[in-house]
Amino acid sequence: MSASGAEGQALHAVPEVATEKQTIAQAVRDAMLEEMERDERVIVLGEDVGVDGGVFRATDGLIERFGAERVIDTPLAESAIIGMSVGLAATGFRPIAEIQFMGFVYPAINQLFAHAARMRNRTRGTLSCPMVVRMPYGGGIHPPEHHSESYEALFLNTPGFKVVVPSNPYDAKGLLISAIRDDDPVLFMEPKRVYRAFREAVPAEAYTVPLGRAAVAREGTDVTLIAWGAMVRVCLDASEVLAREDINAEVVDLRTLNPLDRETIISSVVKTGRAVVVHEAPRTGGFGAEISAQIHEHAMLQLEAPVQRVAGFDVVFPLAHNEKLYLPSRDRIVKAVEKVLAF
Amino acid sequence: MPRTRVYEAVTERLEILDTEGRVDDALMPEIDTSRIRDLYRDMVLMRTFDEKALKLQRQGRMGTWPPIKGQEAVQAGVALAMGENDWLIPAFREHGIMVLRGVPLHLVYAYWAGDERGSSFPEDVRCFPVAVPVGSQWQHGAGVGLSLKLRGEDAVAVTFGGDGSTSEGDFHEAVNCAGVFGAKTVFVIQNNQWAISIPLHKQTAAETLAQKAHAYGLPGIQVDGNDVFAVFTAAVEAIERARRGDGPSLIEAVTYRLGDHTTADDASRYRGEEEVEKWEARDPIIRLRRYLDHQGLWDDDQETILREEAQSWVDAQIKVLEEMPPQEPEEMFTSMYAAMPPHVAEQMGELIQETRS
Repeated sequence: MSASGAEGQALHAVPEVATEKQTIAQAVRDAMLEEMERDERVIVLGEDVGVDGGVFRATDGLIERFGAERVIDTPLAESAIIGMSVGLAATGFRPIAEIQFMGFVYPAINQLFAHAARMRNRTRGTLSCPMVVRMPYGGGIHPPEHHSESYEALFLNTPGFKVVVPSNPYDAKGLLISAIRDDDPVLFMEPKRVYRAFREAVPAEAYTVPLGRAAVAREGTDVTLIAWGAMVRVCLDASEVLAREDINAEVVDLRTLNPLDRETIISSVVKTGRAVVVHEAPRTGGFGAEISAQIHEHAMLQLEAPVQRVAGFDVVFPLAHNEKLYLPSRDRIVKAVEKVLAF
Repeated sequence: MPRTRVYEAVTERLEILDTEGRVDDALMPEIDTSRIRDLYRDMVLMRTFDEKALKLQRQGRMGTWPPIKGQEAVQAGVALAMGENDWLIPAFREHGIMVLRGVPLHLVYAYWAGDERGSSFPEDVRCFPVAVPVGSQWQHGAGVGLSLKLRGEDAVAVTFGGDGSTSEGDFHEAVNCAGVFGAKTVFVIQNNQWAISIPLHKQTAAETLAQKAHAYGLPGIQVDGNDVFAVFTAAVEAIERARRGDGPSLIEAVTYRLGDHTTADDASRYRGEEEVEKWEARDPIIRLRRYLDHQGLWDDDQETILREEAQSWVDAQIKVLEEMPPQEPEEMFTSMYAAMPPHVAEQMGELIQETRS
């Protein structure tokens, strides 16, 4: 099934411009290419982003086009990638830093939390860090240890960042362009599980998808499924199963986690009266808890059942053998929906 | 299959001005006598505002203050070597050079008294805010140096840190990356011997901190950090090298923290009075005063005038500080993002309502 495939409805209006069927990885690359063409302050840095074109090929061909001064292969040092980006961003560049896998972001946490997120506030706007940190995240590709994590909750409890997670190629390009043009640090989490899982029509030129706006990926009336990144497709999949039981699920693709589009969430829940939040990260302290709290704060009287969470377990992300057992599945989502409907 | 030497390095130490105020004429840099007097004034000014901050702290008019007493020569010497457009990336014991680079003293005081506006510098002051997480600023120094190189700007980045910060991974990543990229960066270590209670020999098994530069392919030099002429000479060499595009370098300035780590610390818990007295005899200000005396460049009348001027300038800055209007509660929120997101606006509204009801 493609996101705009036969069974589902199109996630967005088909643009009336030249398009190309692209994967998320290609759309991400094109977003950087367009912005580097447009704005010479935009540079790319990270491990293997140059000659190799990135381990997921997300920076493929950029070094040939823009040279080694704008597509910078760095030493293997995550803290330096972010710390130097702070120095670059505060003095006029717009760096796009790649952390090869989100599981490797820990050495850079000090630079992200103590500096990138705080620079504007602590200098009262005199200096800022307009930078994008691209991080492939999430499970589902049978990788070695530390290659499957979803750490969004860490960053959502740290004011100063914007946190963006596309679920499809069209949004990936438009959101990344918005992120690059944004004047604040944006953490751009790329769902590597669906990097190349499907193609969809993506306009050849630059366009933006606004940050802070969710999308209704599927309209429905009985229950609201709230998800982001790779989990959106699992929710769409579950909706098809539910549809066969005459259960009409609405799927809200958050796209941006901070700032959160509360309005879209609440208006959907007000309509359906039921909500299930789905994410890969462990359940306890996950962003699902925040969404559930906000729904209770703003729509409690419209709720027909307590909000349910379908999330990763509170365990270490397992190695390849048990990966499927860990990740929220179509069936788990269907069961959670049945539970809120039966309440 | 022989066993051969593949790399050898020699780490130099530079001293020009001794504790009696005598200089090594062969090494003495060319500096106008008026500039030498300025160096002395700068150092006295630093000492004056540092001591004043301690007094303010005891009176409850200042927050926790990290004193710079004893480290004035490092900061004055490097400042004199810097060009107008150069960037300063400080750690948190660099108030002296920050003020010399144009950060208004009342803002330095404001920051340490608990007001974020103290890190909002005038636009033409090329200086990063204080970096408290130890060693993290080295990375920004490398990044700014790379930025200046990529833009082809005729400016360099000068970044400071202490001896303790050389044990942090960020120091090694920053120096390594600056070397790889040929960043226009000068790393200045203020080796003041103590990282709170940990003496240098517990910080590293290495003989010097300067030699660490060699492992990353950079020149590294140790200087007597209480000798303003040695600091200036090494800083000029390093800054000119970076400016020419010949890459980064590292200076270890061996000095001593005559005061406590901060006003919240009591250094007598971990170091003896004898050691402090030994270093008081090497005071960088006394040493330069002796030099000026030998050269007939200074007298007691000038000294009296300088001390009075310094004091009244500092007092005037305190007046500016204390006349700053208090921050509005919403200032906590207004600089979080370029454009305020709805949830932040909502929370700001809650606080405003709370403070005005």
